[in-house]
Amino acid sequence: MSFSWTRVRAITVKELRDYRRNHFVVATMTVLPLLFIVLPLIQVFDAYAHVDSSNLNLHVGLSMLYMLVIPAFLPSTLSAYSVVGEREQGTLEPVLITPIRPEEFLVGKALAAFVPTLVIAYLVFGIFLAAAGLFAHPAIASAIYAGTHVLVQLLFTPLLAGWGIWIGIAVSARSTDVRVAQQLSVLGSVPLLAILALMSLNVIAVSTGLAVGLAAALLAVDLLAWRAVAAMFDRERLITGSHA
Amino acid sequence: MESRQATTGTAGRQPRSAVGPLTPTGGEHAVTVEHLRKHFGERVAFEDVSFAVGHGEVFGFLGPNGAGKTTTVRTLGTLLSPTSGSATVAGIPVSAENGPEIRSRISIMPESPGLYLRLTVMENLECFAGLYELNDVRGRIDRALRAVNLEDRAGDQCGSLSKGLRQRVALARALLNDPAVLFLDEPTSGLDPVASREVHGLIASLRERGVTIFLTTHRLEEAERLCHRVAILNTTLRMIGRPDELRDQLFSRSLDVRVRTPLQDPNAVLGGLPGVEGWKKLPTGYALAVSDPELAAPAVARALVAAESDILSIAESRHSLEDVYLELINEDVEAKSR
Repeated sequence: MSFSWTRVRAITVKELRDYRRNHFVVATMTVLPLLFIVLPLIQVFDAYAHVDSSNLNLHVGLSMLYMLVIPAFLPSTLSAYSVVGEREQGTLEPVLITPIRPEEFLVGKALAAFVPTLVIAYLVFGIFLAAAGLFAHPAIASAIYAGTHVLVQLLFTPLLAGWGIWIGIAVSARSTDVRVAQQLSVLGSVPLLAILALMSLNVIAVSTGLAVGLAAALLAVDLLAWRAVAAMFDRERLITGSHA
Repeated sequence: MESRQATTGTAGRQPRSAVGPLTPTGGEHAVTVEHLRKHFGERVAFEDVSFAVGHGEVFGFLGPNGAGKTTTVRTLGTLLSPTSGSATVAGIPVSAENGPEIRSRISIMPESPGLYLRLTVMENLECFAGLYELNDVRGRIDRALRAVNLEDRAGDQCGSLSKGLRQRVALARALLNDPAVLFLDEPTSGLDPVASREVHGLIASLRERGVTIFLTTHRLEEAERLCHRVAILNTTLRMIGRPDELRDQLFSRSLDVRVRTPLQDPNAVLGGLPGVEGWKKLPTGYALAVSDPELAAPAVARALVAAESDILSIAESRHSLEDVYLELINEDVEAKSR
C-alpha cells in the first residue's frame, strides 16, 4: 500500500472540524494573534516620536519579531496535543486499527496545525503591513517595506511553523501527558526563534542570500524531521506503553 | 491440568457481508493461530495459543481480566508484534509488513468506543471511511447506520449520545469496510442490561448474516448465547469447543431426582439400573451419575414407582458455561497456590 492522500485528508479534515468546535483552540487562535498584532502596531505607531532615526530599523525588526511568535508557538501547542491527546481520550487506538501509515497520520496532523497557522500568520502580517503603510509615519513604513524584513517574514513563517509542528508531534508521540508535551514543544521552538530574533534585531546582518540560504536549510530540517518523527512513531508503545 | 486445544471449526456457512458486498478472504479459515506468544519484558501476556476460526463463525474468547484477551486481539490486528509463533488473519500472515493490508480487511471494535465527541456521528464515520479509502462513502455510512439502527442519529454530536448509543456508533464504524473478520473486544463492557441486550441483538443479526466475529468477553451468558464456539484463555488456552462440548468434557452427565420422602434403601432402588453409574444423596433427593440420560430417566422413574416413592421431578442437571469457566479458572488458582 502506497502513501495515501485520502487518508491524510481524512485526518486533516477531522482535526479541523475538531478545532472549530473546541473553545480552547478557537480562543487560542483568536487571542494570540490579536495580542501579537496590537503590540507591534503600538510599537510602530509610537516609534517615530521616541526612536532615534538610526535605531529605527532595530525598532521595526523588534515589532516584526512579535509576529514570528505566531508561527513559532501557535502550531506547537496544537501539535503537542496531536498524539498524546488522542491517546488520553482513547481515540488513538481506533485510528491505528485502520490501514493508516505513521507517515500519513503525521502529515494529516501536521497539515491540520499548519494550514490555520499559515492563514492566521499571513493575515496578521497583511493587516500589519496595511496598517503601517496607511497610518504609520512614512519613514517607518519605508523601514518596514525596505530591506529584508518582509522577505524574512514571508519565508520563515511557514518554515518556523513546520519546525514547531514537528517538535510538537515528536514530543507528543513520546510523552504520556498533554501538559508536559505542550510545555516541551513550546521550549523546542525557542532556539529557532532566538536565531530569528538575532536576524530581526540586526545582530546577524541579514542579506537576501543569507535569508534564502537559511530558509532552504530549515526546509531540509523540516523534511528530515517528518521522517525522523515517523520513525519514532511506535504503534506498540503508543497502545500499551511498552516497546515491542 | 493439560490445556485442551483444537484447531478446527467452522459454522459451516459461507461468509456474507454485513452491510455490503462480499469481502474475499481466501484460505480455509478466517483466522489461524499457531503457538502464538506475547511477552512484555518479563511479563507474559499469553503463550502457546493455537486455534482456528472458520468463515462465518462467531468465536468467543473468554477469560478473566489480565488473561491476555485484548492483547491477543491487538496482536492479530497487527497493532502489536508477537514474540513468537505465527498467525494468519483473513488469509494473510500476521507481520509488520502485512499490517496495513490486514488492517484494511478487518475491523476491531475496542472496549472503549473512542469516538470524537465534538464530531457528529456522520463526521466520525466519514473520517473512518476516508481512512479505509472507501468508495460510495455515503452509501456505506447509510448501510452501517441502518445495521445498528442509528439512521436518525447521523447528525447528533457523539458527545451527546448515551454510552449504549456510542457503542452502536463504534459498531457502525467497525462495519464500514465490510470486514472479513470483525473483532469485538468486550462490546458490552460497562453497559446497562438494556443497552447490552441491544448490542447482543446487533451481534446476533451479524451472525445471521454470516459475518466472522471474534468476540472477547468475560460475560459468559453473552458467549453462550452468541458464539458457535468458545475458547477459554488464562494466559494459556485452557479449553476450546462448543459450549456443550466443554460441559461434556469437564462434567459427567447426571440426573437430579427429587422425591417427597427419602428412599429406605436407595442402593436397592437405584443400583444396577440401565445407564446409571452411581448416585449420591442430596438434601432434596438424589444426584445420579448417568452415561445416557435418555436411557436412565425412564428406568429411574419406573424403579421409583415400583418402590412406591412419590416423585417430584427427574431432570438432567445442566452445567452452564459459567460452571465450565469457574471450574477451569479455579483449577488455575489452585495450581498457582500449590
